[in-house]
Parts: sequence; C-alpha cells; structure tokens
Amino acid sequence: MKFKTLLLAGAASAMMTSGAMAIDLTIVSWGGAYSNSQNEAYHKPYMAANPGVNIINDESSAEAVAKLRAMNEAGNVTWDLVDVVASDAIRLCDEGLAEEINFDEALAPAPDGTPASEDFGDLIVSDCFIPQIVYSTTFGYRSDVEAWNGREPDDICDVFDLENFPGKRSLEKRPINNMEWALLCDGVAKDDVYDVLETEEGVSRALAKLETIKDQTIWWTAGAETPQLLADGEVVIGSTYNGRLFSLIEEQDQPVKMLWDAQVFDLDGWIVPAGLSDERKAAVMDYLKFATDTQRLADQAKYISYGPARKSSAPLVGKHAELGIDMAPHMPTDPKNATNTFLYNYEWWADYRDDLDAKFQAWLAG
Amino acid sequence: MNTQNPASTDTGPDENPQVLTTRDGIPLKVSLARALRREKLRALVLIAPLLLFVLITFAAPIADMLFRSVENGIVSETLPKTVEVLATWDPESGEIPDQAAFTALYEDLKVAVEEKTHTRLGSRLNYEASGMSSLFRKTGRRIGRMEPADATVERFIDIDKDWGTVETWAVLKRYSPTITPGYFLNAADMQLTAEGVEMKPENERIYLYLFWRTLFLSLTITSTCLLLGYPVAFLLAALPARSANLLMILVLLPFWTSLLVRTSAWKVLLQQQGVINDFLVWTGLVSDAGRLVMINNQTGTIIAMTHILLPFMILPLYSVMKTISPSYVRAAKSLGATDWTAFWRVYFPQTVPGIGAGAILVFILAIGYYITPELVGGTDGIFISNRIAYHISTSLNWGLAAALGVILLLAVMLLFYVYDKIVGIDNVKLG
Repeated sequence: MKFKTLLLAGAASAMMTSGAMAIDLTIVSWGGAYSNSQNEAYHKPYMAANPGVNIINDESSAEAVAKLRAMNEAGNVTWDLVDVVASDAIRLCDEGLAEEINFDEALAPAPDGTPASEDFGDLIVSDCFIPQIVYSTTFGYRSDVEAWNGREPDDICDVFDLENFPGKRSLEKRPINNMEWALLCDGVAKDDVYDVLETEEGVSRALAKLETIKDQTIWWTAGAETPQLLADGEVVIGSTYNGRLFSLIEEQDQPVKMLWDAQVFDLDGWIVPAGLSDERKAAVMDYLKFATDTQRLADQAKYISYGPARKSSAPLVGKHAELGIDMAPHMPTDPKNATNTFLYNYEWWADYRDDLDAKFQAWLAG
Repeated sequence: MNTQNPASTDTGPDENPQVLTTRDGIPLKVSLARALRREKLRALVLIAPLLLFVLITFAAPIADMLFRSVENGIVSETLPKTVEVLATWDPESGEIPDQAAFTALYEDLKVAVEEKTHTRLGSRLNYEASGMSSLFRKTGRRIGRMEPADATVERFIDIDKDWGTVETWAVLKRYSPTITPGYFLNAADMQLTAEGVEMKPENERIYLYLFWRTLFLSLTITSTCLLLGYPVAFLLAALPARSANLLMILVLLPFWTSLLVRTSAWKVLLQQQGVINDFLVWTGLVSDAGRLVMINNQTGTIIAMTHILLPFMILPLYSVMKTISPSYVRAAKSLGATDWTAFWRVYFPQTVPGIGAGAILVFILAIGYYITPELVGGTDGIFISNRIAYHISTSLNWGLAAALGVILLLAVMLLFYVYDKIVGIDNVKLG
C-alpha cells in the first residue's frame, strides 16, 4: 500500500513536471450544502496539496445503490468514491458492489496514535463503510403557532398529541423511524422496540398509533421538503435531518425550533466501489486517508451541523465558517441534545425492511 | 419498404436484361418475385442501421429487464450442492433435512464466502422471507473459521436457530429453480407457500390496488384533458390566423417549460397556505380554518397532470379540426339544423379521429407517469410507476420491478387492443 502510494506520488510529480494530464477522481455525494462542506473541508485542501489530482463532483448519492449495481453489471464503474448512508453501504457490501476496507491500514490513526478502527469505534457498522458524520433524523416545530397557546413540544409523543398541538405534521414516507417513534409513544420501552416490531401485533400497534395522526400528516421523500413546509407554514411540526433544520433556523432565520427528543442517529460515509483498476484505487485510497483524518472530519463541522464520526475530532469542532457561531450546541451528539436518543438498528432493518415496507405502503394506500 | 411493381420492373432490366423475357423458360411471375425480393432486401439494408440501433439500445435492454422478472439462477449458482441434496427432501415431512444437506451447505458457503456471493443470495431470499439477509451474513462470517468436521447440524443451529426451522429450508427449496413465478406472484399480491399459491394477508396487499388506481387516475386525467382541451382546440381552429397563432403560443409555452418548474408552481398555488387558498380566504368564500386541501392527494395529481398533458390533447385535436371545412356546418344550418344539431351531428363526428389520437396519447403518457405524482400525489395520488421506481432505486428488488413493468406493459397493450376494436386505430389522426 505504502509502496503504491509512493509510486503514485512519484508518478504524479513526474506528470506535473512534464505538464502531462492529471488524475481525475470522480467523487459522488449528495449535492447542496453537504457537498459544499466536503468541498471546503476535503477537496480543496487535498487538491492544493496534490496538484496532479483533479476532483470531479457528481451529485448522485440518492440513486447511488441502483446506479452502482447497473455500472457493475455493465462492467464499467466510472465512480471512484461514493458517499452513502450506512444502510445503503451495508446493502452495497452485501451485494459485493463495495470494496472491503482494512481500517487500520487504509486510514490515518488519531493524533495520539489510537488506531483508526478504535477511533471510529462502534460506528464501523460494515466492513466496506468509512463513516464521516453522525446525523440525526429529528423534529423541528414552528414557534409561532397560536393554537398551541404558548405551549411548546418537548417530548417526542407531542407529535402524536393533536389535542395540545393541533396542526399538520410531516413524516418521512417510509416505515423506518416512524414505526419506532410510534411504539415508543404507545408505551413500549426503548430496549423492546425491535422485539415488538418483529411481531405481527407490534406492526399493527405501531400503525394504529400512526393512524391517529394519519389524516393530519404530509409524507415526504426528500430531506428538503420538511424545511420548506415549515417555512411556508404548511406544517407545524415535521421530521427531517438535523442539518437541514440548522440551516432553516440559523441561516434562514425562520421561527422554527428543534425538538431533539428521541432523535434517531444515523451515519453517512464513504464506500469505494468494487472493480476499480489498481491505479485508480490507489489514488482513491490516498485521498481517503487524507479526507477521513481527525482534522478534516472536524473541519467539515464548520460548514454543516453534523457530528464528526471520529472520537478524536469532537474536541476540535469550532465555529461556523460564515456565521461565526459555536457549532458544538448544534451537533446531534452534544450532551444537551442527546439526553434521549435512539440508534438506528442496521442489522434489524436490513432483515425487515422489505416486509415492513410492504405493510407500511399498504397502510398508507388504504 | 416502398416497393411498387413499376419500380421493380424498371430496375430489373438494368441488372438482368434476360429475365424480362420469358424465352429461357422462367415464368414472368417468378422473375418478378425475385426482383421484388431484391428490392425488399435493399430497403432492409437501407433501414438496417436504424433497426440495429433500435434493437440494441431499446429492444434488447427492455427484453433483458423483462427477463429479470422470472430469472432466479442465483440460488442454484450459489448453493449448487445444497440444491441437489434438497431435491430429495420433502418439506411436508415436518423435519429439517439431514446431515448431508448441512455438509453440502457448508461446502457451498465456503466457496460463496470466498467469492462474496453469500450475502447477495441473502438479500435475494430476504425478499421472500424476512431474516434471510442476516442469516446468510452471520453464517458467512462464521463459516470462514469452521473446519469441515465442525459442519454439524448442531453447529449450524448454534450459529443461528433459523437453520433448525423447516421454513428456512423450505424457502431455499422453493426458490431453487432457475425460473421463478415468485416476482409475478408478488406483483399480483400473491405468494408462494408450502400449500401453493395464495393471496397475501390483507395488510400487505398493495399492487392490485395501485394498478387499479393508476388506471382510474389516467382515465380521469384523459377525460379532464378532453373536456378542457376540446373548446380550446375549437377556438384555435375557428379564429383568424393571427389571433390563433397568439393563442397557440399560450398553449405551447407551458409545453416548453421544465416539468419540475411547472409541478413546483402548482405546489405554490395549491398548498393550504398557497395563493389560491389565500385568495379564497381573503374573499371570504372559505374560512381560515377551512382552507381547501388541494395538493398531496389525488386532486393535486389530477390538476397538475392535466395541465402538463393538455398540449398533447389540444395539438392533435387542433390539427384535425383545421382540416374540417366550415362549409359542412354552414350546409347543415342552411338545411335547417339548429346550432347544437349542426355541431353534434355534423362537426363533432368529424373530430372523432382527433379525440382518438389525443386521448390515446394522453392516456399512454399518464399511465407511466412518475415524477409529478411523486411530488404532488401525497399518499393517495401516487401511481404504480412510483413503486417501480422504488424497487429499482431503493429496495434493489429489480425482479419485482420488472414483473410490475411487464404487467403494466401488458395492460397497456391490452387496452390498446380494446381501443382498436372500439375506435379503430385507422380512425386516429394526428393531423
């Protein structure tokens, strides 16, 4: 590996002096504010240090799983590095579409020498997946609803309370997260949620709870919908990714507040597509080593309110690059926000997603 | 393929002068046929590039995708020995297979883990039975360290108790053939069980209902397009050229605007805090609490799609109406017909080919529509194509997506056939 990197560096410098073509890296991500944060924190410094590398941004992460499978079947993988959520990474790994990573060999250790696998710790949920950020799916609510008479929701179950908090809600159009929240508010203990959801009665119970707010709910499929609906006053409370709510509240100054209770943690990170040529793979691994080190992950938090996935990055999180406000209180992992959290159970959902999705969609349609 | 007899007999003598004469015994009929055949061949060569292009870029990928709806080689490819052993096992016996099956499974998985195909098989079988995905992932992790002697029944059950259930093995056996009706059954809300084919439980049925709704909404959209488009086309055809051109631009302008922009514009107009509701509240027609719900439901889908597909109705209608001579209606009136009779008995029947063309165009476009229902359809305004898209891009269940696609394609072809029987495809005119 080291030898290859050396070779590559040699080749790159040789090309620089001869003025020959540069290496193109196609990096796939989500676009918008998120790609921007990666561009500022990873791409720009990397390209400055490696003039022989040119990074091309592709914004196809939403369709990455299907596209990677199609590329793999066609035998022509044109992407070098792909940003996906953890559940997609697990699926890609299962399908053999993502490269397995040796964490300690491929990634930089923490500044104090802790090996990468330990620094990432529990967040390594798949052999193919290098986590970048911890984000959460949580609720935002409008702080100016007259019908609430000054009450403000502070409990996840207030979402289901139409009496004290009337108005439309927005929830994601899929069973994941909604079923867990419904069961929690139907009196199931946090540790028992998945055991209950595994049974037929548990599913009916969760759906029955959701049924109580069904005709007051707008179902979203894209993360940008809830912020828009909240800003328009179409809904009074809605779930989405915490970074979207941050930009709605802090950057666009809307009368919206966060409800952190029972936020569901999830991960987003990199996978290396299977089937890259040795040369391209070496270039990608070199980039990855740089872009996932302690400082780089902490830098990304200057541009977006997602928590860095390395333990060693947390103390380095500073202020927002433009607004100049402290970012730590806006992180889902901040102790004040994380008093009651829920961790997405990847293994469980990999097994039950298809089954529950059929039931959930049938329920929605009926 | 425009082969006309005079042309072929004209070119005949140039290449083969003696065939024209029947002196050498070749009947004129035979030589004529030969010349015609050559002509046809030449025409075929001329269109060959286009034909090949269409075959390679259109027909072949579709055929390949459609084949996925029954293709199921993965089980017997990944677990060849196990499938062989299971052939003699009877799930009805109520007992799990004997040691031979576990040994075969061990040997198959050993190879599969090396090639990393066991998890792929797990996700395939998970479509049929929840839990298969983690079963294969978990077993795969352990199998690497396992010695052949360890591959006992107890050891497998120790890894995961699911190996000790008849159902796990029954699913493996049921899906071991290389061709499966499983995806089609799923697409029709049915399932393959030990007892044979049966309907899925009530709370999992969705596709038949979605097919029905897609059909219903497409028909509704077609008729609203017709109701709104007919008067516009009539006006366009009746007005003098200058004002007609201006109106025509108004019809075409939205046609040239991006689909997403138009759909988003409808969101702004129709939502509860939107322009229309604000106006209605301001005029006092609607109370602030009683704002109308016009989007994120069927109404939203119908309104937005009618607007988007309207030009496809107006344009064929207009081009047909343009060819109808005004003297027919004048003649009818001079013979004593009222305005209505002249329109209904004389003018309208002549526009039927335009209606036919517009209706089929709008209907076929509507039935496969995806992006607009996704954005404004909420839960009760989405189409079957939204589920196909979900299975292609999110659940990766391409087999089911292909099966749904085949059913949709067949439904459209069937409707087309019925349409041909009722309206007659010769009666359709685009201009």
